[in-house]
Amino acid sequence: MPSEREQERRRLRRTLRLRSVLIASTLMVAVVGALVVGLVSSPGWERFRQTFFSWPDARASFPAIADGFWLNVQLFMICEVLILVVGLAVALARQARSPWLAPLRLLAVVYVDLFRGVPTVLLVLMLGFGMPALGLQGVPISGFFWAGVALVLSYGAYVAEVFRSGIESIHPSQLSSADALGLSRAQAMRFVVVPQAVRRVAPPLLNDFVSLQKDTALVSVVAVFDAVFAARDYTAFNFNFTPYVVVALFFIALTIPLARATDWLGRQALERERAGAR
Amino acid sequence: MTPLVQVEGLRKSYGDRVVLDDVDLCVDKHDVICLIGSSGSGKSTLLRCLNLLEEIDDGVIRFDGREISDPRVEPREVRKRVGMVFQAYNLFPHLSVLENCTLSPRRVHGVPRAEAEQRARELLERFGLAEHETQHPDRLSGGQQQRVALVRALCTQPELLLLDEITAALDPELVGDVLASVRDLAAAGTTMLLATHEMAFARDVATRVCFLDQGRILEQGPPEQVLAEPREERTRQFLRRVLPG
Repeated sequence: MPSEREQERRRLRRTLRLRSVLIASTLMVAVVGALVVGLVSSPGWERFRQTFFSWPDARASFPAIADGFWLNVQLFMICEVLILVVGLAVALARQARSPWLAPLRLLAVVYVDLFRGVPTVLLVLMLGFGMPALGLQGVPISGFFWAGVALVLSYGAYVAEVFRSGIESIHPSQLSSADALGLSRAQAMRFVVVPQAVRRVAPPLLNDFVSLQKDTALVSVVAVFDAVFAARDYTAFNFNFTPYVVVALFFIALTIPLARATDWLGRQALERERAGAR
Repeated sequence: MTPLVQVEGLRKSYGDRVVLDDVDLCVDKHDVICLIGSSGSGKSTLLRCLNLLEEIDDGVIRFDGREISDPRVEPREVRKRVGMVFQAYNLFPHLSVLENCTLSPRRVHGVPRAEAEQRARELLERFGLAEHETQHPDRLSGGQQQRVALVRALCTQPELLLLDEITAALDPELVGDVLASVRDLAAAGTTMLLATHEMAFARDVATRVCFLDQGRILEQGPPEQVLAEPREERTRQFLRRVLPG
């Protein structure tokens, strides 16, 4: 049973906590309120509302956007897997020390430098229009396919660097003890370094995937009928921008769960690594 | 004269695990108090409670006559007057030795840069670290790092110094250097509270030794009494295990 004094202290702590909550909520309401008032009282508000928040237009454009969005989701799911494979392979190629693999290492460096430097939208345009234009037998002409390839190449380069920083963050003593146990370098990577590295880079990787989800919208530039293209199509015919807001909501609905998952994973990793440290 | 620190009925638990149970302790100015006891007995937690790194679950802590366990007390005001050194040094690896030592004086205490650096240099000189001031902590040996941590704590001119097993992570041959530094501080009249496993050091330097067992101060008194003729059976058992011969 806590002493009289401690109970008093707990009451006081509760009061102090309550006060901070109160301050926070009041401030929040005030700030949001000021923003809303500022927006609504702007001279063009009525027109703005009609062109961006028109309920009939939202309803009318919804089915086409939902169909298109399914394409975005498919693209994301397929690319995600391929990007992980490409990224890890390139990161490992850059870490290779065997003289036989030197050309591979060089290739990996060139790949990362090149594809990380080119804006993704340019890659999508060049591959999406360029490759089918070659007219080569057996080369797919689908814009969806080439846009996917462009995303994999671009994000593969980013993810490779994320993996590499993870691999390099593993303390050299881990490699020493793997060496001491007689593991080959490949085995050390496979069983000791990479598993630790992957765990460490999971949060930044997920962050990149949130970004990828949004960048699937880039396929719309090569005339693939995704959510953004559907919205633009509607907008062009009806002179109303509400569909863009609808698409934005679709993307937000998709990214928020992944973003929360990222936060959660990051916290988990931190707690695990700092267990007991104060 | 009011004691510098006065602890009454201090209780601290993590969930169901009680770490400190009804602890009473009084520290006067110029006291050097050694907390001994096996690991997990609550020594570190007691030190952390004193500079409000841990929220306590019951009892009262007074510092210089003022109750600091009151939730309205700003912890930073207390920490400005109390220095602490950790077992694992906890130096900032991105700052040089001198920058480690002048960070708090400059940013927290508002001491002008030149003055803070001069004071830090004097202390580094005194602890035999003058030549390392531009280096980063990871370049130094464990013993040197721990002495830097000690200097960093001293640079704010604290009225009370808390030392948390500061030699436990050191090679045996480096322990002596650090303890010699602490000995000098004790001789200069610094008020200190230290958790330690160094019994010989406790015997020589402490004005009082407290034996902690399962979160309680089982017995306390002058070192010659607690270490040589302990009253409690638990203390005797502990001392048999840690004292050679």
